[in-house]
Amino acid sequence: MALLEVSQLCVEFPTRRGTLRALDNISFGIEPGEILGVVGESGAGKSLTGSAIIGLLEPPGRVASGQIIFDGKRIDNLDQEAMRAIRGRHIGAIFQDPLTTLDPLMSVGKQLIETMQTHLKLSDRDAKARAIQWLEEVGIPAASERVFAYPHQFSGGMRQRVVIALALCAEPRLVIADEPTTALDVSIQAQIITLMRRLAADHGTSIMLVTHDMGVIAETCDRVAVMYAGRIVEIGPVENVVRSPQHPYTEGLMGSIPSLEARVARLRQIDGAMPRLNAIPQGCAFNPRCTKVMDRCREERPDLLPAGTTEAACFLVQGGAR
Amino acid sequence: MSSRIVLEANDVARHFDVSRPALQRLLAGEKKRILRAVDGVSFQIVAGETLSLVGESGCGKSTMARLAVGLYAPTQGSITFEGQAMHAALADASLRRKMNMIFQDPYASLNPRWRVRDIVAEPIKAFKLLSSRKDIEDRVGQLLTQVGLSAHDGEKFPHEFSGGQRQRISIARALSSEPEFLVCDEPTSALDVSVQAQILNLMRDLQERLGLTYLFISHNLAVVRHMSDDLGVMYLGRIVEQGPAEEIFRTPRHPYTRLLLDAIPDISAVGRQRTPVGGEVPSPISPPSGCTFHPRCALANDRCKAERPLETKVGDVAVACHAVQEGRAA
Ligand SMILES: Nc1ncnc2c1ncn2[C@@H]1O[C@H](COP(=O)(O)OP(=O)(O)OP(=O)(O)O)[C@@H](O)[C@H]1O
Ligand SMILES: Nc1ncnc2c1ncn2[C@@H]1O[C@H](COP(=O)(O)OP(=O)(O)OP(=O)(O)O)[C@@H](O)[C@H]1O
Ligand code: SF4
Ligand code: SF4
Ligand SMILES: [Mg+2]
Ligand SMILES: [Mg+2]
Repeated sequence: MALLEVSQLCVEFPTRRGTLRALDNISFGIEPGEILGVVGESGAGKSLTGSAIIGLLEPPGRVASGQIIFDGKRIDNLDQEAMRAIRGRHIGAIFQDPLTTLDPLMSVGKQLIETMQTHLKLSDRDAKARAIQWLEEVGIPAASERVFAYPHQFSGGMRQRVVIALALCAEPRLVIADEPTTALDVSIQAQIITLMRRLAADHGTSIMLVTHDMGVIAETCDRVAVMYAGRIVEIGPVENVVRSPQHPYTEGLMGSIPSLEARVARLRQIDGAMPRLNAIPQGCAFNPRCTKVMDRCREERPDLLPAGTTEAACFLVQGGAR
Repeated sequence: MSSRIVLEANDVARHFDVSRPALQRLLAGEKKRILRAVDGVSFQIVAGETLSLVGESGCGKSTMARLAVGLYAPTQGSITFEGQAMHAALADASLRRKMNMIFQDPYASLNPRWRVRDIVAEPIKAFKLLSSRKDIEDRVGQLLTQVGLSAHDGEKFPHEFSGGQRQRISIARALSSEPEFLVCDEPTSALDVSVQAQILNLMRDLQERLGLTYLFISHNLAVVRHMSDDLGVMYLGRIVEQGPAEEIFRTPRHPYTRLLLDAIPDISAVGRQRTPVGGEVPSPISPPSGCTFHPRCALANDRCKAERPLETKVGDVAVACHAVQEGRAA
């Protein structure tokens, strides 16, 4: 049974000029020990999906319809108190913004110790030893010397690693990791990825990994979901999505990756911009930018259906007819 | 071809005192603890070109970036901007306007209580670049459009944007003062590849059109290769290899540069276990003796442990490594 099951999730922001639908009918599941990657254009709704799961949507944002089921129980309708008990202990979150997660007035060690002692039974001494151990796990040099340093004394990437340690230290069953390695250089990234893979393999921890780094996705994930304008446009096993993307947006995304092999005059980009939430076109949301658009795409909205070796929401490829 | 030097760093260092409070330190009988975030860095950036700094997290890139726009004063050494000492350049509003910085943390650098249009307009007003409200509004709209947002987005507050959208707001703000020298600290780290391509193309266009000069920092080496004329590889506060970027990417000479290039993830590597980088970054508070890279270096010998390597020129590239100098780093 899937540890997390999201079905037909819609998230909306009521505004004075009407309701903005930021997530539109999102469905996916994550199995125990599975790492699901989530990629997509900036503003596509990746972070909102994570916030909805952990019950931290910023008001006036709200779950308008759909369900989120964690470990067999519905969690999208829990009250603040009940959700807080699950968050941290069973679902750990690494936010995209490391500075807001860290308390600037408390040393990083103290923050780790408090988090662990809130959720696990640990003596002060054991908690301190574990705090140092976690800092070492995420690659902070001289961890025992620096355990009581304050966040501003750490570099951007070091702070990001402290946030990762904070999310993992209570040993949650599901980790929502929103761009956990963006500020990290490749070698530390490799270390964090190895750590996440080990948690998934040895402890059955499930991970939802939001990142725009396709290299990280390719190396870490079992499956990957591609989002565009609040919808999932493609989902499938990582090697299939990366090697033979079905949806034209995914194809464009793969083509924009700068290559290390050569310096080109211009990087390929997908022309145009993602539609704003109050102006999502009718039919397929990608149709104004799609080079393969057909009449039907401007009227009907494609569902997420099997296409080739993945599932894609595109009329062109559905039924494996590519 | 002229090659005017816009920014020059001469043996620049920045140290931080990370000792415990004086009384506690006295009671425990500890010595002061000094962290050498940047420790003797020299480089020049030519007008219209891009120098990139790369290196592992914590090696001192952001500290160097802040030094380069005068946000930190150097503990040692000197920095000149357009031929003026940094403190003199900062005192001169017409020079100060010419430099700006995109910060690594886009969240912390946007005032949450201001509307986006006011955030982007702030430098325009501060330096009195435009005066009429209409002109300012148009310019803000144009800047937002350039970074792939829309003029209407100016009405909103930062929290209403996604991570990558906020990063683009800070890029729009940095461009609004029409800088000639721009320090970009991980400017596209929160952007998906297609928006990243758009921003990087924009930055290169501006460079070609207006002759902008960049100090560029990114941990994404493919992006760095795409953007750079020159490259400096930093390790524990020092530059261990610097020179033309293409040359270094093609033939990395310093053992640390080689290790960095080997660790790059790549999309053809589905499910592959990456060769983890051997060893961890040592503490910058008590760095290793001699060549600070020696505990992780396969070529280290006794001389490396005792003697700090000086820069040696190999063609256009300067490398600080005994093995390279002795010709045993083939
Ligand atoms: N508080 C809010 N009020 C109004 N709109 C919001 C709010 N928070 C997010 N949005 C909008 O919802 C959309 C999705 O945002 P989200 O943060 O999930 O994007 P994302 O996919 O994580 O993007 P990125 O890669 O840039 O982080 C964006 O268009 C954003 O502007
Ligand atoms: N204000 C400060 N006080 C004390 N130490 C600091 C301060 N700022 C930075 N440091 C330390 O200086 C070193 C270099 O930090 P810097 O932010 O320059 O690294 P970086 O190369 O930008 O790393 P990253 O890639 O993680 O952003 C780190 O060890 C950091 O802990
Ligand atoms: S449904 Fe039509 S517009 Fe949408 S991606 Fe497929 S071909 Fe393009
Ligand atoms: S000086 Fe010695 S230890 Fe340092 S990089 Fe060169 S060979 Fe390795
Ligand atoms: Mg996000
Ligand atoms: Mg930095």
